[in-house]
Amino acid sequence: MVKFLMILLSVILVNNCILAQFLGICPFLGVSKKLDSAVGMGVAVTFVMVLATAVTWPVQNLLNSFGIGYLQTVVFILVIASLVQLVEMLLKKFIPSLHKALGVYLPLITTNCAVLGVTINNIDYGYTYAESLVNALGTGLGFLLAMIIFSGMRSKLEGNTAIPKAFQGVPIVLVSASILSLAFMGFSGLVTL
Amino acid sequence: MGAIFTPVVLVVVIGLILSVILTIASKVFFVPVDETVTKLVEELPGANCGACGFAGCNDYAEAMAADHSLSTSMCPVGGAAVAAKLAEVLGVEAGSAEKKVAVVHCNGNCDARGSILELQGITTCEGAKQFYGGVSACSHGCLGFGDCEAVCDFDAIHVCNGVAVVDREKCVSCGKCEKVCPNDVITIAPEKNKVIVQCKSTEKAKDTMKACKNGCIGCGKCVKVCKFEAIKVENNVAFIDPELCKNCGLCAKECPVGAINNMRAKRKPAAPKEAAEA
Repeated sequence: MVKFLMILLSVILVNNCILAQFLGICPFLGVSKKLDSAVGMGVAVTFVMVLATAVTWPVQNLLNSFGIGYLQTVVFILVIASLVQLVEMLLKKFIPSLHKALGVYLPLITTNCAVLGVTINNIDYGYTYAESLVNALGTGLGFLLAMIIFSGMRSKLEGNTAIPKAFQGVPIVLVSASILSLAFMGFSGLVTL
Repeated sequence: MGAIFTPVVLVVVIGLILSVILTIASKVFFVPVDETVTKLVEELPGANCGACGFAGCNDYAEAMAADHSLSTSMCPVGGAAVAAKLAEVLGVEAGSAEKKVAVVHCNGNCDARGSILELQGITTCEGAKQFYGGVSACSHGCLGFGDCEAVCDFDAIHVCNGVAVVDREKCVSCGKCEKVCPNDVITIAPEKNKVIVQCKSTEKAKDTMKACKNGCIGCGKCVKVCKFEAIKVENNVAFIDPELCKNCGLCAKECPVGAINNMRAKRKPAAPKEAAEA
């Protein structure tokens, strides 16, 4: 139980998937303009990460049993992409309200590197099945946290005329993202697994 | 040979299994799309401006298909023609769509109002407002940097001589300019109301006069001349009740400054009052 908590804390704060591992920068910069879309994306990513881990962990064992563990990346992309498609169909049929809420974001994360990253990390760290699921959940929550913080920062940046012209738009967003990343470095060494 | 054969076969098999699952799933979990929705979307302009109050043309179509009592005339872009077509698709009677347009409540062009500073660098209204309330001597009026012009998808609003002017033919009343204006100078009003008060200054007469020649000084001449009791002066600025106004235009003639203007007379809104009468 302590191990689970440690994994959660470590992956949310210390090894935050965006701010420390630099995975999933694309949605981090692209969908963080508004708080509600940032939350939608974060929740969708968390959801897909847990599902993808639940499926890819057994797949890795299958690959290992054939002695072709090196095909991990290719097979994981294949599996995750199909999984997201399937989940979208199921949601559309059975839980239309959830499909509407996640709607636009689900196809966006089909081949997101954060999702692929967490599944591969689970294997590399040698986590058990339960630990992998907790790790995926934590990574998703860390993603959500970073998205929410950054959308708050961006709302202050939009239309701010104190920013020099050369920095307006993407440059100031990248600069503030790196400062946020620096702030999260304060957590390093907090948890050792 | 086995080193290549096994992985190739395995990945192909995994791919095949997944594709079969997806194909079956797409048949089993097929969600029929309502045909009326598709037809409605085709009739709508597709500008996705959100003026109807929904998140886009698709959302409005879905709402109409789900609830047939919903008005088909909520799309101001398409107007009555689209409303009639939508009603035809749904098989209901079309309500009449009242055409609305954006109205700029300011006539403070460069000739009329004084300037308090030379502004360099910032070229948006929002930015200018943060800097001593803009270039204009009046802090209530049009800032003149054309945020509204930039946001308009229909080429219907332009800054002429330092003040925004609406092209009432092209305007579809989507309300984007109304939202973007930092001084709230623009409102959406029924197109039938041709006589409008083009000033928002709530300052006292003396201060308004000092800032702008076209500003409403709250003298009340329009109130006296109006036969329909449609005008009131509140907070030093005239207000015309759109329900009561009959577009007679007496108030526009009576106004000693350039604050009330009759859009029907095709008078250039940018011209000061004296010049137009002469």
